Amino acid sequence: MATLDTPDAPEAGPEAAAVAVGPFGVLPSGGLSGVRSLRRIGRAVTSNGKALAGAVLLAIFIFVGLFPGLIAHDNPEAEIYGRSVGLSSAHLLGTTAFGQDMFSQVIYGARPVLLIAFGAGFGATIIAMLIGVAAAYLGGAWDSSLNLLTDVLLVIPAFPLLIIIGSYLHGAGTGVMIAVITFVSWSYTARQLRAQALSIRGRDFLEAARVRGERAIYIIVVEIIPTMTSLLVASFLTNALYAVLFSSSLQFIGLGDPSVTSWGTMLYWAENNEAFQTGQGLWIIVPGLCIVALGAAFALLNYAFDEIGNPALRPVRSMRGKRVKLAK
Amino acid sequence: MRFVLRRLGFFVLTLWVALTLNFLLPRMMPGNPALAVIGSHKGGVSPQALKALDAEFGLNTHTSLLTDYWRYLGDVATGNWGVSLTTQPGNSVGRIVLDAIPWTLGLVGVTTVLAFILGTLIGIVAAWRRGGRLDSFLPPIFVIMTVIPYFWLGLVLILVFGVKLHWLPYFFSYTYTLTPGLNWTFISNVLQHAILPSFTLLVTTIGTWILTMRNTMITTLAEDYVRMARAKGLPGWRIMMDYAARNAILPNLTGFAMSLGFVIGGAILIEEVFNYQGVGYLLLEAVNNDDYPLMQALFLLITVAVLVAILLSDIATAILDPRTRGER
Repeated sequence: MATLDTPDAPEAGPEAAAVAVGPFGVLPSGGLSGVRSLRRIGRAVTSNGKALAGAVLLAIFIFVGLFPGLIAHDNPEAEIYGRSVGLSSAHLLGTTAFGQDMFSQVIYGARPVLLIAFGAGFGATIIAMLIGVAAAYLGGAWDSSLNLLTDVLLVIPAFPLLIIIGSYLHGAGTGVMIAVITFVSWSYTARQLRAQALSIRGRDFLEAARVRGERAIYIIVVEIIPTMTSLLVASFLTNALYAVLFSSSLQFIGLGDPSVTSWGTMLYWAENNEAFQTGQGLWIIVPGLCIVALGAAFALLNYAFDEIGNPALRPVRSMRGKRVKLAK
Repeated sequence: MRFVLRRLGFFVLTLWVALTLNFLLPRMMPGNPALAVIGSHKGGVSPQALKALDAEFGLNTHTSLLTDYWRYLGDVATGNWGVSLTTQPGNSVGRIVLDAIPWTLGLVGVTTVLAFILGTLIGIVAAWRRGGRLDSFLPPIFVIMTVIPYFWLGLVLILVFGVKLHWLPYFFSYTYTLTPGLNWTFISNVLQHAILPSFTLLVTTIGTWILTMRNTMITTLAEDYVRMARAKGLPGWRIMMDYAARNAILPNLTGFAMSLGFVIGGAILIEEVFNYQGVGYLLLEAVNNDDYPLMQALFLLITVAVLVAILLSDIATAILDPRTRGER
């Protein structure tokens, strides 16, 4: 994988390929503080149409995940209604073959997915940050061994590994799901962050900190990590997106905890009850659409970040300044 | 030559890690999974299978972990992969797996290559016609397409083209009543059964190739040698294919090999949804039936397939790009 060994070559690894992180332009770093670059990110989000769409979608889902009771009034697990009832004002999406209200299942189903997305997204990004930056900063034998570990985990097929682990666990609840998905998905981000950290290793401001006599941990946390804010945000978005897809897939094949109401388990029960053959298409279509919409929220934000980080990818129209309306 | 040796070393190391994971995972889980299987199949497990289980999962508490480990490695190396416990009780795992491979290779292999070629071509043209009609609305659409869970798209296609319209078959890889043979009736039947799963895989994976190719191509198009070619007055398609695309395709090629892991992972669910009797379907059968020997063999097989693909792409990259040969 020699192309992957060059730190700043435009590389397309698995995750990059799958959500088109593409070549991530090395951002102007140096003295840029974390807060300032966060503010810059905020401004960029509001000025980029794709990012705005993604942010609004995500905000809606987070609201639903926080306050499901405000939107749906039925207990999602209670099997108290007529079975497979069609759409009505009492049951906006009808009921399942078990007599549960499908609308409230969809609404309450947002929370576990979001928990897994944010949990595994943060978890994988933080582990990747620790390992990637440590490898780049410590160098030498540390770098080689950490790098080798990352490479090995990177090429072991993640989803089959998840299936194997899941089958030994017999019904992974939300917490276990977060841990397992974090474990299989940090490696790609670690590689990116290491490359980024390597690219600034020789800079003067780091040398200055060293001469000042700062400890290694201070240099890593205060000097190096803030320069990677945009990359960290992008990594979080990628990891969160994968957590959504991985966890839903695992739940769909019955490796999640079947008693937790979430979109993936809804699909599992729908498939087991042959929802299509019995004319209950909505039972499969609606949870799936929710997964797609949440995934799209993360992916659109990520794509927009790529455009922000790598100006060459921005739509050309806005650069030429003509037909500004479309470019917005 | 040194480069190839280095890659081979990495190949062996990763294979060893996968083997060790296979060995350690069931032992790390709370409660020995194999014991649970035997408990639930009272009298149903043959002495032969019990002996194999013993070696693989360490039921025999008298032998040390290390002894078990050596025995396990030896068994794998000599092709002694054990006996299926529950899926096809008594049959050798190797035999079952060999029967499934051609179906996956045919369906997933052909579709993946097709998606890669088509996606790369569309990506080249999209980047070349920067700001054109194709480039302005396609990227956001493909971003969303890449987040559609494979299995869900498969389910929706089954609903539309199978259950509602009755246009295409969606169960198994050929009609049960036909006897497999090299005649046109059988082959056309197999092809018909492959259309829906293959289309599902194509739609969900092509966006990745388009986006990564487009993004690297855009970076490449800004290079001086492309401007030079323009200045020389070379015809557009020559600049596009021979100058820009040829260089931009290299990272995509590595990405192709690495994301095979993802493709195979996703294909597992597609095979499941369409009841297509390939490797992925078999893996989930094994998982659902707690058939650990079969499950482990399939995980190894998938890992090896991905590793071989990466090795081949490394060698191809080394041949195509002389720069990679010199480094490290």
